[in-house]
Amino acid sequence: MHGKALPYLLLMPATLFLCIFFLYPFALVAFEAFTRDGGFTLDNFRTMAGNWKFPIALWNTILLAAIVVPIQLVMALLMATVVSRLETGRGAALYIFAIPLGISDLAAGLIWLAIFDQSGFLNTLLSNLGLVDKPVMFLGYKSKLTIFIAVVLAEIWRATAIMMVILVAGMGLIPKEYYEAAEVFGASPWKRFVKITLPLLRPSLQTAIILRVILAFEVFAVVAALGGTNLPVLMGETYNWQFSLQDRNVAAAFALLILAISVGLTLFFLRVLRVPKEARI
Amino acid sequence: MMNAWKTLAGAALALSLGIGGAQAQVLFWSTQARPVEETQKMRSEVLKGFDGGVDYQVAEVGPWLTRLQAELQAGSGTIGVLGGLHGDFSSVGADLVDLSGIDVGGVKVNEAYKKLGMLGTAEQKYLPWMQATYLMAANKQALQYLPAGADLNTITYDQLIEWSKNIAEKTGSPKFGFPAGPKGLKHRFFEGFLLPSYTGSMVTKFRSAEAETAWNKFKELWQYTNPNSTNYAFMQEPLLTGEVWVAFDHVARLADAFNQKPDEFVAFPAPAGPAGRGFMPVVAGVAIPKTSPDMDKAKALVAYMLKPETQIATLKATNFFPVVDVKLPDDMPASVKAFGPAIATMTGAPDALPALLPMGLGDLDGKFNQVYIDSFERIVLGGQDVHGVLEEQAAALKALVDQAKAPCWAPDKPSEGACPVD
Repeated sequence: MHGKALPYLLLMPATLFLCIFFLYPFALVAFEAFTRDGGFTLDNFRTMAGNWKFPIALWNTILLAAIVVPIQLVMALLMATVVSRLETGRGAALYIFAIPLGISDLAAGLIWLAIFDQSGFLNTLLSNLGLVDKPVMFLGYKSKLTIFIAVVLAEIWRATAIMMVILVAGMGLIPKEYYEAAEVFGASPWKRFVKITLPLLRPSLQTAIILRVILAFEVFAVVAALGGTNLPVLMGETYNWQFSLQDRNVAAAFALLILAISVGLTLFFLRVLRVPKEARI
Repeated sequence: MMNAWKTLAGAALALSLGIGGAQAQVLFWSTQARPVEETQKMRSEVLKGFDGGVDYQVAEVGPWLTRLQAELQAGSGTIGVLGGLHGDFSSVGADLVDLSGIDVGGVKVNEAYKKLGMLGTAEQKYLPWMQATYLMAANKQALQYLPAGADLNTITYDQLIEWSKNIAEKTGSPKFGFPAGPKGLKHRFFEGFLLPSYTGSMVTKFRSAEAETAWNKFKELWQYTNPNSTNYAFMQEPLLTGEVWVAFDHVARLADAFNQKPDEFVAFPAPAGPAGRGFMPVVAGVAIPKTSPDMDKAKALVAYMLKPETQIATLKATNFFPVVDVKLPDDMPASVKAFGPAIATMTGAPDALPALLPMGLGDLDGKFNQVYIDSFERIVLGGQDVHGVLEEQAAALKALVDQAKAPCWAPDKPSEGACPVD
């Protein structure tokens, strides 16, 4: 009896922690999103959707995720493959790739701001090379595309490593025998990658993509640093409603919307990249 | 043993003296000069010259009002004199003593502010005490491009546009600067300067034809505005780097430029439009509640606050400017020397049109500002249709003012109930 209860007892602290610091605040936020002055209402969602910035923010967020995540996926697969193949210096390569992970997203945004700013590194370089006469304004309100590209670059630089780390771990789990057998049958490296690595990497891919997509919809500090208010995103609007406009209810509605998108996409990827029980390693 | 008795007796004596002193002192209950150093300077430098002593105590607006209302309800109190911003007094106007009879000893007090101090009644509810505001600043290199016939002290929006155009064309890049960054005070410019100058109103005529003209004029000016403006918060920085030659901002956010390079910059009044020279003063006043324990002494303290020496000491202590005619001494920081005359010219101009900080909105303040910021982002940055945007934003504005039931404040005419948006 005692032995059976032990795992649950050990899970208790974590469960309690989640209930107090996640579920309870979540319930409060959900409650706030659906009430105003004490009564149940959908007004907060109406206010949110009716605001002129809402479609722009939603579109920007979706577009960012749709561009950043696939690029990161390809890069992470590439980097993970390289790291897994390395005989020597594997640890060092892994650490170097993972450095951006140790930097907060705001700091990452500021680093890229230092590059793209009017008096930043890129402008200094261009003018030293004689390519421009006077500093170019990359991040002005007129150059939304450049801001967007800068955010994409910063996000790729910052958060590709988290996918890579997960994929490296996943690749380590694939038994060598499959590759050896494939080599015996004369499969090319590309074929081995497509036919062995990718299918067997599914569980890790699933985790990596879900994590990354959720983070992509929560993008905030990098955009705030590089774009200010020129590139509205959902999380930035949430912050704005909470702190500048002092309207917790609409901010809560935004938060719930982001949550709904995240949950929806998580379920989608769980379904699409499902691994049948009998096929698990 | 003997020593202990002596100490005790001494302490008792000191205590009784202390209490006696406190009773004689006037309690000055204020929402201003709250930072500790400023409070200390108010006590040790500004108020020490008042015969009879002053007990200067500060509180945030909430507690300040709570104690005042408690004393008013009780019908007797200890607060002798009140200090606060114009908006702080608006809800207690009925319980303030008429100060029109106070002898200020030949000091000339700003008439526009005195009128504000009447709070729309026939009585002088409070007397202006000190002020801050927003100003224009220019690099002296820009002066050569001033359009013919333009005088900095009487500049108009049309002249400012022409001037900025000249600078942009002659130097090859736009050099008007505007604090339109996320932390910039751009909304104050639209609320208190641009719109009042064209419409004579901040709220009521938000979507009038005159307001459309105002926004179109600003769009015109924006062509000659440094596009980096959407990143600016404090205009003193781009002024110092030379990115910007002409700028608008709060005096506290311009001061560094003048203090670091006093010979390079000039300060001048905000421009005027067809409806007047709209500007947003931050006016603090002194008042006496009906429950003040020693009326004569309180009135003497109010008169003391308006003396030129006190006004200068106040400026040094709080960086708020005098509201009376006064010649500033030479040992002031360069920014004060530059701003003093510019503020006096602007507030004393014949076409001066003070537009007050929004009042009675409570926690809707942020949303109120957002209406103006959104209008700016949509019309000027987004290039959307002026008329359509103003229609939509006016609806948002009306909803806010109605929700707060905020009556109009200057320059809009006093209203019964919520301020209307035509």
